[in-house]
Amino acid sequence: MQQLTVNDAVSQALAEEMRRDAKVLMFGEGVATKRHDLLAEFGPERIRNTPLAEGIIAGTAVGAAAMGLRPVVDLLFAPFLCYAMDAIVNSAGKLRYLSGGQFAFPLVVMTQTGAGWGVGAQHNHNLEAWFVHSPGLKVVMPSNPADFKGLLKAAIRDDNPVLFFSDLSLGYQAGEVPDGDCLVPLGSAATRRVGGDVTLIGYGKTVAACLQASDRLAERGIAAEVIDLRSLKPLDEAAILASVRKTGRLVVAHEAGRLCGVGAEVAALAAEHAFAALKAPVIRLAGPDAPTPGNIVLEQAGAPSADAVAAAALKLFESIA
Amino acid sequence: MSNPARDKEYRMESNTDNTTLLAMLESMLRIRAYEEKAAALQAQGQAPGTCTAVGQEAVAVGVVQALAADDLILTNHRSAGHLLARGADTGRMLAEVMGKSTGYCKGKSGSLHISAKELGVVLTSTIVGAELSLATGVGLALAMERSAAIAVCFFGDGAACEGAFHESLNLAALWRLPILYVCENNQWQAFVHRREAMAAESVGDWAAAHPMPCASVDGNDAEAVYAAAAAAAAQVRSSRQPYFLEARTYRLRGHYEPDDQHYVDAKELAGWRGRDPIAALQARLLAQGVLSAESLERLHQRVAADIDNGLAFALASPYPAAEELATDVYA
Repeated sequence: MQQLTVNDAVSQALAEEMRRDAKVLMFGEGVATKRHDLLAEFGPERIRNTPLAEGIIAGTAVGAAAMGLRPVVDLLFAPFLCYAMDAIVNSAGKLRYLSGGQFAFPLVVMTQTGAGWGVGAQHNHNLEAWFVHSPGLKVVMPSNPADFKGLLKAAIRDDNPVLFFSDLSLGYQAGEVPDGDCLVPLGSAATRRVGGDVTLIGYGKTVAACLQASDRLAERGIAAEVIDLRSLKPLDEAAILASVRKTGRLVVAHEAGRLCGVGAEVAALAAEHAFAALKAPVIRLAGPDAPTPGNIVLEQAGAPSADAVAAAALKLFESIA
Repeated sequence: MSNPARDKEYRMESNTDNTTLLAMLESMLRIRAYEEKAAALQAQGQAPGTCTAVGQEAVAVGVVQALAADDLILTNHRSAGHLLARGADTGRMLAEVMGKSTGYCKGKSGSLHISAKELGVVLTSTIVGAELSLATGVGLALAMERSAAIAVCFFGDGAACEGAFHESLNLAALWRLPILYVCENNQWQAFVHRREAMAAESVGDWAAAHPMPCASVDGNDAEAVYAAAAAAAAQVRSSRQPYFLEARTYRLRGHYEPDDQHYVDAKELAGWRGRDPIAALQARLLAQGVLSAESLERLHQRVAADIDNGLAFALASPYPAAEELATDVYA
């Protein structure tokens, strides 16, 4: 097995998929400038720089996808998706349905999100739930190099529009990546640690916080199960419910705002389908209802930490202590 | 400074063959009858509100007549003319408008978003300007496939006021995409007159800022539109680069049905009614002896029968099953 950073895993996934399928192309702001290996191998027709105009980048991807190409667009930072939302949500997400299934939109929108750069709210906004709420789209947010590669390859092969959110602070994180054509199916969560006392659910960089929290809980004799959602839509409801039914306790953590966030959905799922198994109320840890500050200390304060996750989990045991 | 949008001005020409002109007249009559039927169905409570393009038939028919069978069309909420000119079946169109499962989009589109892949009407968007942003993707696919076909994007002066207009023309020129942009400048942007919303006198003035050939045409003269579109399409086909064509026309009915048009200047409306594109072509063909009163009557009867048959088909068609609510969402 190879050791790769997240950034290298992404590059490898793109190169492999472009080699495998001539319909795959990539364009975006600086794509040809930054991904010169891909430009050298696949040429300027398939690796294109674009104007700094997210609306036309996304619209072009949608039109191209309707024609059978498989575009991957890089929109750099999640807040820029606001300009691109019309094409993604109103066109890619809806025109398959409105046309009675005549068209498919096999495209991938890549964008970065998450605390770690201190550049403020117009470059950092965890808005993945906006797209989860939009029909016709799929949404993934991986936590480790193997999943970055496997999910990106699966996203490129998927016949639906997929939003691929990269937690930017994970970019240089290294990890094992399986050799060969290794796909991670969309819609499957991963159990990162098995335990029977409490379920900790996260995605993106909060998976690491959950794993660290599980170490601390283990020191206190509490066996936490850590689930990495990695695919937010489709959501692996079976994996979530199986774990909650087993442990009876649930903490769900993400950096995005709490109100109507993915955590709210996970908590509601547990309440709806595993209520009898719950031994304590579900706890959600999430970012505040505030724009992300351009201040690294405040920015970090908005991301659920391992300490916060561990403390929340411990609270679930207080009632029976 | 020379303005390419004004330099190339197509005028009434008489070199279109009579068979083509008669086919165009019939197509325009069918579109008019169809849209009036759709409006009447709305008034009777048999169909939801719809957006018509009554008065703009010459643009739809003239442009589509100039296209090859494999050319692709992107359009918007005033699309019935484009679809019917392309050969859409009135029955399946009316079925779609009435929400029946036999419609082009299984009754899921309604009147606003009808696309028909089998007719090369590849995408229809009702987000004003979105058709412009999707068009570059369709053009890109044609370019990468080394296709001989071109993409035609129909949009209005309202869409031209969206940022997507400039973004689309810029990218199409930059990437040399085979797109014929057809602006149907019908003077109305929903309930707002073009003069209230645009500082420029014509959309062509804006298009001329982009490096592509531009032309304008009297959109109420079917023959002139056909000539302009044929020249434009030929140029896109051979150059594999975009081309901008503005057709000056007028939306004779309201923004949607029902709409009493209380906001419309009666004199302006009357002026454009006097320039009805169908009446103009009919009168010319009658005057030239290409069309006799009897053959015109037969044309009208054929169109009326087509609409009647289409309506009967639509009425007899079933609604989709409730389970269809959540199908076709994902591929």
